[in-house]
Amino acid sequence: MGLPVIDVLLWFFVVSGSLFLIIGGIGILRFPDFYSRIHPAGITDTMGAWLLIIGLMFASDSWFVTIKLVMLLLFLATTSPLAGHALAKAAYMRGLKPMLGRDLELEAGDD
Amino acid sequence: MAAFAAATAALLVCMAMTLVRSILGPTVFDRILAVNSFGTKTVLLIAVYGFLSGRPDFLDLALVYALMNFIGTIAVMKFTRFNDLAGMENDEDEVY
Repeated sequence: MGLPVIDVLLWFFVVSGSLFLIIGGIGILRFPDFYSRIHPAGITDTMGAWLLIIGLMFASDSWFVTIKLVMLLLFLATTSPLAGHALAKAAYMRGLKPMLGRDLELEAGDD
Repeated sequence: MAAFAAATAALLVCMAMTLVRSILGPTVFDRILAVNSFGTKTVLLIAVYGFLSGRPDFLDLALVYALMNFIGTIAVMKFTRFNDLAGMENDEDEVY
């Protein structure tokens, strides 16, 4: 490995990215309805993926690999908000109602 | 390197949770959301595994998979909306 500073930065970004991935996974599993589940999916697609890829950039040993990682970052940054927005709009146009107020209390009472 | 091993483990745990949601999901949109998220994590897993095994050439596969994942999500969503991938003849609601 190269400089210790780069090593520390790599660890910081990769571990915090993994942390955001775990948080998003728990959110996708545990949140009560579809519209609230879009939020943890967005967390994994943005913070988790970006931090992890930025961490990988510190480990790359050639410019070619770094450029590929930047392209991957740009693809993910463009496509995942688009997919999330299209999904929410499709569900809303299809007539799926968001869970509000009283339904949330009932859901919490079920557990 | 240990950081990549930790990231791989976190990704696998997260993918398992997403897979559970895609099986349980009450509506079809929950399943699409979970499968889309699963695809993003697969891209990350391919990239991280490339670094873990010391061969970052796997990044090409990750790039292709990222594009295919997006197109696949849009295609499945269009199919659930129109019951057809070619056009919108079967649609009765207004479209914009």
